[in-house]
Amino acid sequence: MKKQSVIVKGWASFVLCAILMSGCVTEKEAAPNAGADNGSAPIEAKGDSIKVGILHSLSGTMAISEVSVKDAEMLAIEEINAAGGVLGKQIEPVIEDGASDWPTFAEKAGKLLQQDKVAAVFGGWTSASRKAMLPVFEQNNGLLFYPVQYEGLESSPNIFYTGATTNQQIVPSVSWLLENRGSKMFLLGSDYVFPRTANKIIKAQLTAEGGELAGEEYTPLGHTDFSTIIAKIKEAKPDIVYNTLNGDSNVAFFKQLKDAGITSKDMTTLSVSVAEEEIRGIGADILEGHLAAWNYYQSTDTPENKAFVDKYKAKYGADRVTADPIEAGYTAVYLWKAAVEKAGSTEVAKVKEAAKGIEFAAPEGKVTIDGDNQHIYKTVRIGEVQADGQFKELWNSGEPVKPDPYLKTYDWAKGLSGE
Amino acid sequence: MVLKWLTGNPGSRTKRILWSVLLLLMCMAPLFMTPFRLGLLTKFLALAILAVGLDLIWGYGGILSLGHGVFFGLGAYAMAMYLKLEASGTSLPDFMSWSGVEGLPWFWEPFRSFPAALILGMLLPALLALILGFFTFRNRIVGVYFTILTQALVMIVVTLFVGKQEWTGGTNGLTGYPSILGFNLNTPSTKIGLYFITLAALAGAYVLCRRIVSSRVGQVLEASRDGENRVRFLGFDPSRYKTFAFAVSGGLAGLAGMLFVLQVGIISPSMMGIVPSIEMVLWVALGGRGTLIGAIIGTVLLNSAKTGISEAYPEGWLLVLGALFVIVVVLMPKGLVGVWSKVVSSLSRRGGTVHAAVRKEG
Repeated sequence: MKKQSVIVKGWASFVLCAILMSGCVTEKEAAPNAGADNGSAPIEAKGDSIKVGILHSLSGTMAISEVSVKDAEMLAIEEINAAGGVLGKQIEPVIEDGASDWPTFAEKAGKLLQQDKVAAVFGGWTSASRKAMLPVFEQNNGLLFYPVQYEGLESSPNIFYTGATTNQQIVPSVSWLLENRGSKMFLLGSDYVFPRTANKIIKAQLTAEGGELAGEEYTPLGHTDFSTIIAKIKEAKPDIVYNTLNGDSNVAFFKQLKDAGITSKDMTTLSVSVAEEEIRGIGADILEGHLAAWNYYQSTDTPENKAFVDKYKAKYGADRVTADPIEAGYTAVYLWKAAVEKAGSTEVAKVKEAAKGIEFAAPEGKVTIDGDNQHIYKTVRIGEVQADGQFKELWNSGEPVKPDPYLKTYDWAKGLSGE
Repeated sequence: MVLKWLTGNPGSRTKRILWSVLLLLMCMAPLFMTPFRLGLLTKFLALAILAVGLDLIWGYGGILSLGHGVFFGLGAYAMAMYLKLEASGTSLPDFMSWSGVEGLPWFWEPFRSFPAALILGMLLPALLALILGFFTFRNRIVGVYFTILTQALVMIVVTLFVGKQEWTGGTNGLTGYPSILGFNLNTPSTKIGLYFITLAALAGAYVLCRRIVSSRVGQVLEASRDGENRVRFLGFDPSRYKTFAFAVSGGLAGLAGMLFVLQVGIISPSMMGIVPSIEMVLWVALGGRGTLIGAIIGTVLLNSAKTGISEAYPEGWLLVLGALFVIVVVLMPKGLVGVWSKVVSSLSRRGGTVHAAVRKEG
């Protein structure tokens, strides 16, 4: 009998908790939903705050990268609020966890737009998460700021792309490599949409610019055994390995490359997904001398960057580093603020209209929103990993490059977009 | 009476009233829920269809499958392929063109037609389950060995779907389809329609499983769970019954997948992986194994908790959810329904009427 009563009590308390919890949830959502809910555009924020959504993976495999971007976005919101907010209203971030799971990203995006009626969402990292969120934003006429370099061939009217598209990272870096490091190129990537598309573009470019393809290999995400691939690289003897591996695979690949006796002196490796944060994980001694292509490094020399790095470290710890997507997330919040202030409203159509041509002195230098495709003008930078885990800039494009997601200005890229 | 037929057993007066109230409440849900919440509820109900099928084989047949993600995924992909083709019109689906595919692969062709996609979405998983069941049950592979096999199936299928990006969309999965048969999937009216379709499908799945369970097939199934050799000695071939139940369960998982895709708008290999497959078993375990209704309750409650807690504590929700699991497993080994019948029995005992309820609890 005694045991039974314990069970009954446990059950009763569980039910109580459940009821309380559901009570909280319904109460919270009852208020903003009193009016029409036809999936309409976010309504003008009531009272003295404007809600924005932050939607990154805070758990799962992508959390290690995305949490830093969330931190940068929160830093920007805090700064803006301290300086008086937007349109005289404080920004109220609503944080959701995408959990490294693409359907969850879609669900949470729907929640932010339909329940919370946020004015804009800052979020995403992987192309898969962006592709999952895209239809949700288009159907609900929301606004997404996506902070990571990606494979291009996309331009949704409901997304602002604050990371690089291919002509701001991959295409100029391939040209630079062909001019400075040789012509035989080996393509290595993780097996998903970004590397596949990037390599398709690179192959077309190699043909057009006199390069030579030495090999092309893909490994599943999270793959850690590169002995076969390194053997193939040794056999093909390329001048350059163009690396579009993502995540943990980079750690394994570079360690095994070093174990195989190949250093940056023997062969150039250029990566597009290895930034300061990843160097911290892999170890600067292993990566020293290898190259990367980005639009921003923690070492980028602008007064805005110095201030940004100082503030980021002061808030989150001196051992933290900034990197390209982190900076792009920070910049995105300021670009949205500028557009809202110019529009005098948070209404999506007005903000989009006002955003055209907006300039901002970002840590990476001046950026401008391109009204045609909602990407931003960015300066291209090729950097070399130093012993202290920072990059030394070897080359930059001199001025911000106009975004061209469909590579329309390149003759060799005709037919790549599949249209 | 309709309800009598629905539940498959006569039941008491209170039980009938409870059922009517529940059905009425479910039918009125669109009145007091926002379209977003209604969408979530629809998703949970779709998943509950899978859970009912899972309970059929696990609760009554004693077959623990940790591979239902695959059957679910096949159904979901079937529907997603149809939707993707509808959205692409005459051109190739977007991911095919960037993966370098020139023409539509032959196995995509049938999915141009909605009825074909609908049938294949249930038939393919049922067929796969039938084949798997046929070879394993006939060879008397039971218990944990069968469970391991289902996990292997998950690994194989997920790797295949990820690897064949040009045919399946790879890790991205299939997404970007706004409408079905001309109805925009995002409008509230479509959402309400989908809700009732899902509710009806769930009711249908429940009735089907209830009928199977109370039929001769169900009795043999239950008997072979408790003593397979004895059933054999009685002249039955348990493997046939098990294979049949497993195929039904697979087909129901496919149906769940199809309805899930309509609601969520994306299917990716991660949804059919090892973790979701185990989660599905958890829904049934939490609700109460071998009760059918428990599977539905468990699925809806657990998924609501997952959504609710992750919204309330985006940075620590996994810990809260984990703690909840531990509490449930420790305090309620028989699931929510088990606790419910305990409460009912202890109440009726206190009231002085010790009868049917006590027997049932045992």
